[in-house]
Amino acid sequence: MRLSLPLVLRLALLAVLVDFLVEPGRYRGLLEPLTENGAPAIYNQGDLLALTLAHLATVAIAIGAATVVAIGLAVFVTRPIGVTFLALSRSIVNIGQTFPPVAVLALAVPIVGFGEKPTLIALFLYGLLPIFENTLTGLTQLPPAVVEAARGMGMTEGQRLIGIELPLALPMILEGIRLSTVIGLATATIGSTVAAKGLGEVIIAGLLSNNLAFTVQGGVIVAVLAVLIYDGLSGLERLAARRAGRLLAVETS
Amino acid sequence: MIEIERLTKRYGGIAVVDDVSMTIEPGTITVIVGTSGSGKSTLMRMVNRLVEPSQGCVRIDGQDTATIAPHELRRRIGYAIQNHGLFPHRTVAQNIATVPTLLGWDRARIADRVSALLSLFQLDPALFAARYPHELSGGQQQRVGVARALAAEPKLLLMDEPFGALDPIIRAKAQDDLKTIQRRFGTTILMVTHDMEEAIALGDRIAVMDKGKLEQYATPATILATPATRFVDDLLGTGDRAFRYLSLTAVAAFVETGSAEGKPISQERTLRDALAELLWSRRSALPVVTAQGDPVGRLTLDTLVRCAGRPQ
Repeated sequence: MRLSLPLVLRLALLAVLVDFLVEPGRYRGLLEPLTENGAPAIYNQGDLLALTLAHLATVAIAIGAATVVAIGLAVFVTRPIGVTFLALSRSIVNIGQTFPPVAVLALAVPIVGFGEKPTLIALFLYGLLPIFENTLTGLTQLPPAVVEAARGMGMTEGQRLIGIELPLALPMILEGIRLSTVIGLATATIGSTVAAKGLGEVIIAGLLSNNLAFTVQGGVIVAVLAVLIYDGLSGLERLAARRAGRLLAVETS
Repeated sequence: MIEIERLTKRYGGIAVVDDVSMTIEPGTITVIVGTSGSGKSTLMRMVNRLVEPSQGCVRIDGQDTATIAPHELRRRIGYAIQNHGLFPHRTVAQNIATVPTLLGWDRARIADRVSALLSLFQLDPALFAARYPHELSGGQQQRVGVARALAAEPKLLLMDEPFGALDPIIRAKAQDDLKTIQRRFGTTILMVTHDMEEAIALGDRIAVMDKGKLEQYATPATILATPATRFVDDLLGTGDRAFRYLSLTAVAAFVETGSAEGKPISQERTLRDALAELLWSRRSALPVVTAQGDPVGRLTLDTLVRCAGRPQ
């Protein structure tokens, strides 16, 4: 892999983030000007590293489940037996997206109680649409000659799906996962209002105690995570697109 | 032998293929010609059941295709299409290996077959096997498409406008190559085209389709000499029919004893080539030689002019 300038910058950003999470004390001087009346500059009600990992785990579980369900649904409605459910599944998935996450949290708490669960439900519902729509686009916009050839060669429906259709739709599917993940990273912060472990805790503590240093460090960690994950998944997408024989202009130029 | 019997396909009550019967002899090239919407592709796609017939049946060597599972049937029949339909995420070798892999051939046998086919289509295996389709030129992609269709040594090969996307020069070469390969393996080929020129150049027999009906099914010579319907006549065009007729016969058929001056012509070329050469070089006779260059006689302009007329 070539070490281009953007890659070096991202690696540096990642190194700083990890260093900050492991040894936040080193950055005290940087954050102190944001505090008043001798308030602590570094979040002191929990371990930043543990909170970050909990935050990432919440997003990973919710988006992982959303990915499995959304791809499964998209595959189903593009098969001959599922076509009649296409419109129905579209509206269901759309409803998931129109519900504000805060409303989902409020409705979920009385049913599943406080903690991680309401957040997981909100992120899951919110993550479905981009992945579903992108998988649908990827599976329905395959080159007709390729699909025809696969049928004419004598591939069964399952062989076509696994061997041809999903690999060719993969770049689109990854794009959907990337969108859902980045939305999920930001949305997960509000989970802290219902006692989910995560970086939202840091931000809310800052807002409650009027400590700008807390709010900034919570927000910046989430933002940096989002940028890095966005870039990482974009890279995967380009790789998948190249493997799917797309991106010809980039390859040959 | 492929027997198509009273084959019909209806979409919403409208017959796109209407009661077509024809028999295709093994080891021949049969070309289905027609305008777009004539039902020619639908007719061909019913042979490997990409389209299910509404009525009638197709028998291959006596076996009704309706009794074979569609994917099993298709693995036995080669299939090449316009725009080649190569799998963009698989290498040339993997593309060619598609059907042998589906049939469960062992690795060594597949590898041998892939190299043999690549060499046959003048693509160096060392250079091309690991390439991806987008790294090939249009002509190379088309050849890989045909190689893939022939990979599992099918006795029958279906081709849907296989040369449609090629420029004229590469197209003529691809047609020649196909004919050579067909003669060598004795594959039965059923091809669809909208180009009468291509049909005459390649077909042992030509089936002309219009509005779902089979208008005429005969040898190129018969079609040229006695078109069965007005539509066939229109499709042939009137401009160069005499030249097309000449292109069906090899020089060898009209060689006479005697000698002539100038550059000789091979007896395997067509009478059309000979006429062009005679006119262009302002000669009245050409010396004729074998493919190896041994003289066999001459061909005169007078003979050619007599042959070029409509057969009585």
